[in-house]
Amino acid sequence: MEKTLDLKYTYTEKKDTRSGFGDGLLEAGRNNPNVVGLCADLIGSLKMGAFQKEFPERFFQVGIAEANMIGLAAGMTIGGKIPFTGTFANFSTGRVYDQIRQSVAYSDKNVKICASHAGLTLGEDGATHQILEDLGMMRMLPHMTVINPCDYNQTKAATLALVDHVGPAYLRFGRPSWPIFTPADQKFEIGKAWKMIDGKDVTIFATGHLVWEAVVAEAMLREEGISAEVINIHTIKPLDTEAILDSVAKTGCAVSAEEHQLNGGLGDSIAQTLIRNHPAPLEYVGVNDSFGESGTPTQLLEKYGLNAENIVKKAKIALRRKSG
Amino acid sequence: MTEIELKLKSLEYRKKILRYIKMASAGHTGGSLSCTDILNVLYNRIMNVNPQNFKNNERDRYIQSKGHSVEALYVVLADQGFFPEAELETLCKYKSHFIGHPTRKVPGVEQNTGALGHGLALSVGTALAAKLDNLHFKVFTLLGDGELAEGSNWEALLAASHYKLDNLVVILDYNKLQITGPNAEVMNLEPVIPKFESFGCSVRQVDGNDLKELENNLLDVPFEKGKPNVIIAQTVKGKGVSYMENTLKWHHGVPNDQDYKLAIEELNNQISQLQKPQLHEK
Repeated sequence: MEKTLDLKYTYTEKKDTRSGFGDGLLEAGRNNPNVVGLCADLIGSLKMGAFQKEFPERFFQVGIAEANMIGLAAGMTIGGKIPFTGTFANFSTGRVYDQIRQSVAYSDKNVKICASHAGLTLGEDGATHQILEDLGMMRMLPHMTVINPCDYNQTKAATLALVDHVGPAYLRFGRPSWPIFTPADQKFEIGKAWKMIDGKDVTIFATGHLVWEAVVAEAMLREEGISAEVINIHTIKPLDTEAILDSVAKTGCAVSAEEHQLNGGLGDSIAQTLIRNHPAPLEYVGVNDSFGESGTPTQLLEKYGLNAENIVKKAKIALRRKSG
Repeated sequence: MTEIELKLKSLEYRKKILRYIKMASAGHTGGSLSCTDILNVLYNRIMNVNPQNFKNNERDRYIQSKGHSVEALYVVLADQGFFPEAELETLCKYKSHFIGHPTRKVPGVEQNTGALGHGLALSVGTALAAKLDNLHFKVFTLLGDGELAEGSNWEALLAASHYKLDNLVVILDYNKLQITGPNAEVMNLEPVIPKFESFGCSVRQVDGNDLKELENNLLDVPFEKGKPNVIIAQTVKGKGVSYMENTLKWHHGVPNDQDYKLAIEELNNQISQLQKPQLHEK
């Protein structure tokens, strides 16, 4: 279906966002001798092998001991070192929440928690590994910056941006091969939302893999005469409230789209912003209080309504609420 | 500082710990008194750390994993000149930065601790970073016995041993009492020495309330090249105040006026004993 649409962004290649992290980390290591890597036995999955190979003295295998990895990373920040930890998103957050809370966030340590295989698009491994609560957990922590880039290029750019950002940060990315539709030379500004498509009837705020679905949804809505604005919220915290309010002041209604629980994620963040400043109809695309299951990424995104079709549906509901 | 003066320090520290716990109407009395001698030896005899070099990356590091014994740490840091002691009158009070568990808002504190089982991993990371930077400082960590039930400690020890961190000194404040009761009843740790040894550490057992024994062993670090150092410090919870010693109530009991008077009298008596003409004391 995508092929027949007049998309504002297109792609020639698909790649996993975790490779964006791996390539970004390698470049970061070349640019800055303070960058160190730690991994809990998932070097291949996190694409940290190239960094390990080029900088063996700055890479630390910690074994399957994620809590220890976070503590070690916090302890390693002395002398200006910038530790990047790598494991799956569920082991990067839920499993080690108290370590992050006390030794990283409360302690304001310059640790970059890099988390792959987030969300349903992990696919076959099922619910145990498909964390859909991580953005909420990380967003709640004071001092924590939370980033969820949309494709390979943006993940690489975000990884590099984190080197110059001082303070605790959570970087979330994923496993599946995904369209590369943002430019390789983009400047990644932490905390600055990116308006990718101008529109006037409804705003789609999307993060992570679902930014691509939002791009597709915009084209589908346009075919029906609806003008949608697409805003890429790659930084969940600090949230670019100005961009959100400016857009909704114009469109008057919105849809949020994320590969995450409705509770605690991007949609909640936007709802908080709107309700305080500019109440307007907001519809949510996300997982509604449920765990995941096995399946291909596409099957799971469809079952849980995390795709362009459902964004279109929700956009129309938002529009009806606005005019009704 | 003579040995007598060092012993007097411990007694003065104990008096101050009680004073500020009483003022705060809160605190962890027994554990602070059990580790007082360890902190005394570390800060007055062993570690290269002071207010002047605290920004220097080559200073020794002290990380108190058993954060609840914060009163001992704050009192010793005040004595070292990190801040005026009078500030401790605000301990645990609203708007005070002397929070009830160690915080880096207080000058001299290296790490925020409190939730148990976190300090050792932080210490291992710091020791690892020291090796990476080819710096020769040491990292001293104080663990409580109860917190050894936290598996994170054993994860950290695996890594300490794997990375041959002989610049890491783990000191177990082994007073054998935790909040609910004796370790042996809550979760038995014994045999504890072979546990550390089997994790690749070089282990020594000392009387953790004997200043000279602590000092002699700490001066011996590294015990073995390439192995993390562990000191099992056999201590007495509530040390120095007879009715507090080995008594569960004083884990976080706060002395009332009568208790306090009695405790200070006891400590003053010990001070007088030390100050007597030194016939039987060297």
